[in-house]
Amino acid sequence: MIPGSFEYHAPTTLAEALSLLGQYGDEGKVLAGGHSLLPMMKLRFAEPEHLVDLNKIDELKGIRESNGVVHIGAMTSENAVIASDVLRQHCPLLPEAARNISDPQVRNRGTIGGDIAHGDPANDHPALMLASEASFVLKGAGGERVVAADGFFLGTYWTLLEAEEILTEIRIPAFKPNTGYAYCKLKRKQGDWATAASAVVLDLDGDVCSRINIGLTNVAPAALKATEAEDLLRGQRIDDALIEAAAEKVMAACDPAEDLRGDIEYKTHMAGEMTRRAIRLALQRARG
Amino acid sequence: MAKQHISFTLNGAQTDVLAEPRELLIHVLREQLGQTGSHIGCETSHCGACTVDMDGESVKSCTVLAVQANGTEVTTVEGLAAGGELHPLQEGFMEEHGLQCGFCTPGMLIRAYRFLQENPNPTDEEIRYGMSGNLCRCTGYQNIVKAVQYAARKQQSPQEA
Repeated sequence: MIPGSFEYHAPTTLAEALSLLGQYGDEGKVLAGGHSLLPMMKLRFAEPEHLVDLNKIDELKGIRESNGVVHIGAMTSENAVIASDVLRQHCPLLPEAARNISDPQVRNRGTIGGDIAHGDPANDHPALMLASEASFVLKGAGGERVVAADGFFLGTYWTLLEAEEILTEIRIPAFKPNTGYAYCKLKRKQGDWATAASAVVLDLDGDVCSRINIGLTNVAPAALKATEAEDLLRGQRIDDALIEAAAEKVMAACDPAEDLRGDIEYKTHMAGEMTRRAIRLALQRARG
Repeated sequence: MAKQHISFTLNGAQTDVLAEPRELLIHVLREQLGQTGSHIGCETSHCGACTVDMDGESVKSCTVLAVQANGTEVTTVEGLAAGGELHPLQEGFMEEHGLQCGFCTPGMLIRAYRFLQENPNPTDEEIRYGMSGNLCRCTGYQNIVKAVQYAARKQQSPQEA
């Protein structure tokens, strides 16, 4: 299988890439790791006339922390996320979760920004971003805007990102000593997409959960934020009864598509179970 | 679409080739450069049969454009044996019966080549995780794990393996 014809551009600066995208508009498409886009192009699900490869733009790579915020360049590879000491210290959810994304070869090419901007509800980073209160820097020829992850994912392959814009950076508030986190992902085998997965990040003040965010993978047309379950748990001393009630809220919010990984009932049930497990593990970690 | 000039190092040799932007690295390696060791399996980046080493990283060459190889250093299974001697991994796959039909083997070898540089003294579990991007439908993987362990031992102490 070979993609249809296109013209290839490999800019070395972001300014150059933005100018190319501005020039070609809907006929242009950004290439990150390519492990979603190139298969789609082979199948003619995507037929861009101009492909703008971001791999040579060094300013889009790298991870740093400053003033309590972790900055991740959108073209940072999954394996670089896994290897990052900055993330291990300030946002350990991401390296732990990225270990279960695809396989070593794909993680060398696949990028965190591509995983987010593609808008595939089966990708793992969207739910992780919802759980960690991330925001995204979107740059266009006319300037930049910073948008919250919550509200960015509009539907399958559909996000707030405009055709002339590039997602350049992910910003995540650094985890605190009282932050607990977990990503529980049910998958058929190592490297598979989630049958259902739940990301939980919470803060404990004493025994009270002062902050909680829950993101769900692959159980709706887009990554889902389980706000009703969060509302139930925020400000509470979380016990088994509350965890069960939150799992019920999560299952009520699910709208999965039936496929080889399971039918609607099974996936919904598993989203509930992954959430129970993720809340328990996050609580355990927050207690230290 | 006009062909583009791609200049890269393939198995240590300076290599120049012309290809359309839509051509994938695996096609150029096999069809233009005659390096048919790397195989085309699933073509969707799942099976790992097309794995090559590019700038010190394992990649699936069915999902890398040939133009993206411009300026890089690529090693395929053809680059493993040196001076008429099998690479310790090739010897390991032979000794431990790490293959049956052999279709996945070039990808297995070139992935294991990089994996053992990332982790020279792995546990069986680490091998299974590190090789999880390569599928084998014959062996059940047990002998592949043994073959990688054989090479790890031999590379650490060449006399004993």
